Amino acid sequence: MAYSEKLLDHFKNPRNVGTLDKNKNSVGTGLVGAPECGDVMRLQIEVDPITKKITEAKFKTFGCGSAIASSSLATEWLKGKTVDEALAIDNMAIVEELALPPVKIHCSVLAEDAIKGAIKDYQAKNGVQTEASIAASH
Amino acid sequence: MGQRLIYLDNNATTPTDPRAVEAMIPFFYDNPGNAASRNHPFGWAAEQAVDNARKQIADLINVDEREIIFTSGATESDNLAIKGVFEMYQRKGDHIITVKTEHKAVLDACAKVEKMGGKVTYLDVQRDGLIRLEDLEAAITDKTVLVSIMWANNETGVIQPMKEIGDICAKHGVLFMSDATQAVGKIPVDPKAVGVHLMAFTSHKMYGPKGVGALFVNRKNPRVKVTSQMDGGGHERGMRSGTLNVPGIVGFGKAAEIAKEEMHQDAERLSKLRDKLETALMGSLEEAYVNGNRESRMPHVTNISFKHVEGEGLMMTFNQNIAVSSGSACTSASLEPSYVLVALGLGDDLAHSSLRFSLGRFTTEEDIDETIAKVTEGVNHMRDISPIWEMYKEGIDIDAIEWSEH
Repeated sequence: MAYSEKLLDHFKNPRNVGTLDKNKNSVGTGLVGAPECGDVMRLQIEVDPITKKITEAKFKTFGCGSAIASSSLATEWLKGKTVDEALAIDNMAIVEELALPPVKIHCSVLAEDAIKGAIKDYQAKNGVQTEASIAASH
Repeated sequence: MGQRLIYLDNNATTPTDPRAVEAMIPFFYDNPGNAASRNHPFGWAAEQAVDNARKQIADLINVDEREIIFTSGATESDNLAIKGVFEMYQRKGDHIITVKTEHKAVLDACAKVEKMGGKVTYLDVQRDGLIRLEDLEAAITDKTVLVSIMWANNETGVIQPMKEIGDICAKHGVLFMSDATQAVGKIPVDPKAVGVHLMAFTSHKMYGPKGVGALFVNRKNPRVKVTSQMDGGGHERGMRSGTLNVPGIVGFGKAAEIAKEEMHQDAERLSKLRDKLETALMGSLEEAYVNGNRESRMPHVTNISFKHVEGEGLMMTFNQNIAVSSGSACTSASLEPSYVLVALGLGDDLAHSSLRFSLGRFTTEEDIDETIAKVTEGVNHMRDISPIWEMYKEGIDIDAIEWSEH
């Protein structure tokens, strides 16, 4: 199938590949997917304790081109957002931006899950009340 | 882009040999007749051309030309053989034995047989892709009418022990059918010598045109009959009705003639190139595994898993100019990886990490050198951005992690 230029660009030049120190309190890590399913995404955010804005976002992904592009795009969108703004990112926005074909929508869902997982981890570390501190995504 | 295209997906389909195309062209323009038209020169010319092609194809597999039934391709041949035998021999029995790593054309035809009230046994394979002969023998009952086992596997290239299987079938008086789509025209295939009674194969995997295939049906000792699955004018001895694809058949015949002449030199050259590719990739990349038996294998195929790299993503690093295929079926709704590799006992993760390289007559050493460089680069890049590769490098036991299934 033919992929969009934007998707190919994110795939070929992935933004924000890397690893943040998951032991730091200001860092939240989301790890979603499973190797048996052919997709694993790890997305990390670092939040400024004073402004509560996301100052850094990094990812590593095992998966197809759409999964890699979705996570790369997610990290771009996360930077500069507050945690609440980040929580509002919807997978369909990723689908639209990258023109993901229907069979690849699950990649965007995974990216949204990874964002939410990273935020939950950050919130749990920083004593923010969430019902989902069970997420234990790593 | 201006980049040179490299085609290493010859198990999907082969390019048509120009010599086969040349042979076909007159049957579009000068000789447009229907081979079944018995009363004018147009029909006679077409019939003669079909007879000639039938002879060329029969010669390639060392059978009588009257034992060749033309079809639209191997899928149709598989269907005709399996459903046709099941219907024809219903009074003898209702049991068919096949293998989990067969092509979908065989597996789905067998599933249809089950819907029609038949029973099917699906044999397991060993880690190297070969069946256990004792499993086959143990599965045969007095109700077994057919054993269907492919000659060479499309994903791994693994060649089954055909003679031994044929001997077991003969001992128990069971018909032996083989989907030889990947083998015919590439390695010597002689169904009678190994006791195969029905054999499906196709033109477009051996440098002929698409849309034409054949089913070999043994005529003597035993005389095998199949119930037609396509009813109509009674063509092909009543086993397959439908106007013959004369240009396609002519091209198929020419491809068979060329294969008979050139397959040995092709196989020798391609196995060297394949080995070069395999050795280079295995040498430069850690955690790479060849899938399937490396001795009993087609000369032009290698299937390699690159651990902690997803196959489809990996392909995207070089698929602007290099064509291969992957056991990762991430595009399907099910997210299931190759059932063939899973049947070999690979975990789903390794099956998702596999690439199949299938070389062909037009593959050059330059193609292989570029592929080695691009694939190595691709695997390294994908590992750099893979979280599970990072964990593996840190010594984390990935199997011990509780992954969130989705």
